[in-house]
Amino acid sequence: MTSQEQRLKAQKIQDQIFRGSTRFFAFLVLVLLLGIIGSLIWGAMPALKAFGFGFLFSGDWNPVTEQFGGLNSITGTLLSSFIALLIGVPVSFGIAIFLTELSPVWLRRPLGMAIELLAGVPSIIYGMWGLFIFAPWFADNIQPKLTSWTEGIPLLGSLFQGPPMGIGMFSAGLILSIMVIPFIASVMRDVFEVVPPMLKESAYGLGCTTWEVVWNVVLPYTKNGVIGGVMLGLGRALGETMAVTFVIGNAQRSIESLFDPATSIAATLANEFTEATGELHTGALIELGLLLFVITFIVLSLSKLLLLRLQRNEGANA
Amino acid sequence: MNLYLRRRIVNYISLALSMLAMAFGLFWLLWILYTLVKNGLGGLTPALLYMETPAPGSPGGLANAIVGSLAMAGMGTLIGTPIGILAGTYLAEFGQRGWLAPTTRFINDILLSAPSIVIGLFIYEVYVRQVGHFSGWAGAFALSLLVIPVVVRTTENMLRLVPSAMREAAYALGAPQWKMVLLISLRAAKAGVVTGILLAVARISGETAPLLFTSLNNQFFSNMNQPMANLPVVIFQYAMSPYEDWHALAWAGSLLIGVFVLGINILARTLVRNPSQH
Repeated sequence: MTSQEQRLKAQKIQDQIFRGSTRFFAFLVLVLLLGIIGSLIWGAMPALKAFGFGFLFSGDWNPVTEQFGGLNSITGTLLSSFIALLIGVPVSFGIAIFLTELSPVWLRRPLGMAIELLAGVPSIIYGMWGLFIFAPWFADNIQPKLTSWTEGIPLLGSLFQGPPMGIGMFSAGLILSIMVIPFIASVMRDVFEVVPPMLKESAYGLGCTTWEVVWNVVLPYTKNGVIGGVMLGLGRALGETMAVTFVIGNAQRSIESLFDPATSIAATLANEFTEATGELHTGALIELGLLLFVITFIVLSLSKLLLLRLQRNEGANA
Repeated sequence: MNLYLRRRIVNYISLALSMLAMAFGLFWLLWILYTLVKNGLGGLTPALLYMETPAPGSPGGLANAIVGSLAMAGMGTLIGTPIGILAGTYLAEFGQRGWLAPTTRFINDILLSAPSIVIGLFIYEVYVRQVGHFSGWAGAFALSLLVIPVVVRTTENMLRLVPSAMREAAYALGAPQWKMVLLISLRAAKAGVVTGILLAVARISGETAPLLFTSLNNQFFSNMNQPMANLPVVIFQYAMSPYEDWHALAWAGSLLIGVFVLGINILARTLVRNPSQH
């Protein structure tokens, strides 16, 4: 064997090792996901065995008597995220329209960056700000007004009842909405930008106003992407921990008004986990974590699938 | 005429609302940054950097928390980055065929947005519970799991921007695959990959939730094998306490983290713009 052949052979082996190691680490990412689900199921076993499906439908959370039901935390997570989307989606839509259609070109970058910075602010800072600055201001200036305005209106009135404490379900939802706006807005902006200029120009040529172009051309074309972006925001909102823990009030009970203090899965975990005593309490908390992971997994998968479909369409049209 | 007028009014109203939405977003950002600076600036003293976290009522700083945060974020980045780069390389360079690459890409994007508190639970289950105590290492492991998806995503995206003509040129000169990837592809994508790492560092520096069940907290300096103080958890505990001087320290800590994280974010964004211009 000549020295050249030997070198070629060595290179071949080196290449195989290199390719193999990259493949191994890609595989590791997959294993990570399975590991997370597996370990959570294992950790939740005591609670799964003790409560079964009843865990989902019982609001009874009492560490002293070792009775655990996740209903309050689950509804808290879902409701706060729902409020976040209710406020966040229209605002994000407005921001995306502004950044793609209205803003002068030189302002687009700095404004887009400012909105993205909102996503960069650590959630603990949202929490501090929410607890010390926003909640007192909200309790003094906004809550009493909301209560008196909606008083007497059948359904709405009961939603905004109760003493103005600042912290509670509504504050948590509002702060969550600020946190998810950058995620939803930047996806919307990105998908709005893939709309072929030809389509928009044709509509303008027919005499459409800017709003009509956005509503009748851009939005239908990017529907999947927009829904994907909303789902991404929802996924973020569901799992957000610190900001919610600071302002939601951390009360294990069912709520009657949006101003009541409540709790969410993540807030319950953050508050109780390190102080949990006994297998059952820890197990119940881990089961909550498992539920949270499963819910976000489904939501994020849907988001990803919708965004992928938009990409594929884009490829087909190009 | 009536119809035209109505359409024009609808247009104006909707565009005005869109501007209002933009103002709504900026309003919160400015308000948060303003309160952060206003409340945090007073607490920024030299003592912050050399004294340990105090008992309520006595003077102190955040030195052990700062060191703990740096140690855990540093270790987390060191563990997560190579794994992320190699996995991202596989997705971009070798993953054209088979089921592994598409599946990994999908799962990675989900892990990117997965709740970080669940990552904390996972490390608690597989590490803290097995060794029997909270530790700085557990915190670093949890943070490294948050680093991986960010680095995988940016590495793959940046490698895909490298023109394949460069790869073919390297092959034509007889370069083996590993040399081609390390010396051509990754080098060409360097700025982008560094950006990804910076974004990952920015993300984990402010993370609190995964550290609650892993590193916990410590009033004193400690090594990586003991429960370890870190800025976010200290801020959380101090802010939730009823003591005024602890609140002041929490604000000062928040300002430190805020400036650090936003600074890295801005740096990363300016970095990634330059290579695309060249």
